Amino acid sequence: MAQQVPLVDYLVLGDDPHLVANECTSCGARFFDRRNACASCFGTEFKKADVSPTGEVRAFTIVSFAAPGIPVPFVAAVIDCDGTSVRGNVINTPADPEHVSLGMKVKLATYEVGTDAAGTEAIGFGFEPLN
Amino acid sequence: MASDDIWILGINMTKFGKHPDKDIVDLAAEAAMAALSDGGVTMKDVGVLAAGNLMSAAAGIGQQLQKQIGQTGIPVYNVANACATGATALRTAIMAIKAGETPVGLAVGVEKLSGAGLLAGGARKADSDEWTPSGRYGAVAGVDGRIGTETMPGVFSQVGMEYGHKYGGTSFELFARISEKNHSHSTLNPMAAYQKKMTLEEIMGDVMVAYPNTRPMCSANCDGAAAAVVVSGEYLKTLSLEQQKRAIKVSASILTSDPYQVACQILPDVNTLTRLAATQAYEQAGVSPQDLDLVELHDCFATAELVHYDNLMLCDEGGAVDFFESGATWRDGKTPVNVSGGLESKGHPIAATGIANIWEVCHHLRGEAGDRQIKDAKVGLAHVIGLGSACGVHILERSAA
Ligand SMILES: [Zn+2]
Repeated sequence: MAQQVPLVDYLVLGDDPHLVANECTSCGARFFDRRNACASCFGTEFKKADVSPTGEVRAFTIVSFAAPGIPVPFVAAVIDCDGTSVRGNVINTPADPEHVSLGMKVKLATYEVGTDAAGTEAIGFGFEPLN
Repeated sequence: MASDDIWILGINMTKFGKHPDKDIVDLAAEAAMAALSDGGVTMKDVGVLAAGNLMSAAAGIGQQLQKQIGQTGIPVYNVANACATGATALRTAIMAIKAGETPVGLAVGVEKLSGAGLLAGGARKADSDEWTPSGRYGAVAGVDGRIGTETMPGVFSQVGMEYGHKYGGTSFELFARISEKNHSHSTLNPMAAYQKKMTLEEIMGDVMVAYPNTRPMCSANCDGAAAAVVVSGEYLKTLSLEQQKRAIKVSASILTSDPYQVACQILPDVNTLTRLAATQAYEQAGVSPQDLDLVELHDCFATAELVHYDNLMLCDEGGAVDFFESGATWRDGKTPVNVSGGLESKGHPIAATGIANIWEVCHHLRGEAGDRQIKDAKVGLAHVIGLGSACGVHILERSAA
């Protein structure tokens, strides 16, 4: 199997792909980016916290016009994963309002973004309908 | 009038639309000179200049403007604060007056955006031939479109949908009807970039940009400028009765950024900072939402207008849909919203917007709004929000002189 890298460093690959957040050890606020400090309590200690791979669609849009180089249409969404909000696309279902709805239950799914010159696959994530 | 009150002495906006023969300095000069003339003062009287132009924020629009309309050695503040740039310029001039540095300030906002197309996100770079993590997310390739969207229409569509998920009652048609209202209002505003009444069918049948916002439900990119002369109450007392009568009191001038909320770094939270700004503004002005005769709010997208009914507390919490359905926000309703046509039809030359919406309110408070005059308007509110975020709220009152 080709070597794989995640699209972003907060995506953990393997048998059980999932997202991991930087959780503030003093207030519990969760962030996905590299942190200087906590935006909520200004603390500087963080620990890694696994994010639930299932959740529900809290908000979505179906983007028909995007920047050059981005295939459309696609569904951009905010997923509430057991209390942690995650930004991601809704995938593996048609991008139309008949197939995507507010409150819809979804689960994390990975897909191949592409392969680089060394043959390494980049793996991205999205959320697909649970049923 | 109290000596430490702040007043708008003169104010002006250019027509919004396409101005191919004018550059940003021409537009800024047109608005600034007209605002000075409207106030009956000259550059000689002005003690501070705050100027905003977002698309070329490093170019020093304030000094470029001075070189065309008057170089007097006064301090110039070039400001950039996303779509709140104009409101930030105005507030900067107001702060200088409040600080006692000068009794007279000039604020200008200008933008040329005709044909600018989709804002934000930018082009996604082609994937490199070697996956190398970079940036704060350690991304090996572009994430816009792969992990959600960075386009403004996409972000604000989700803002409206999130409100629908929380409180219910929203639909594509509901959002389109908000747009129908603003396009209808625009027919009375000769300063608007677009003055075309649109039917619900036309709006819903137009090109979808980011569901549920079709093209006419998005703010219109265009060119324009707006400028305001602000003075202290003490200074106003030295002017003519006519100037005092037309002066508009700035009862509240507030600027906020977004306080931390859970998930605010996932989807921008445009609600909390707007509610915070509104709360502070009502308190500073000593007025309540029920006192407002008109509101110009930041309808950068139809979905955004709905949530701001709630954020500005024009309705009960969670009651924005019912509030709109009641007809309250039409120009003959209880709280007319965006009688100018809003950003969807008047247009949104970014840095000009935060002063142009104040011009609109002042125009009504002075009783000079012609065909679209809201009868006997005494108190109005102007709101802008720049994603990132910055929120400006100004409450304006008619002069008692
Ligand atoms: Zn914290």
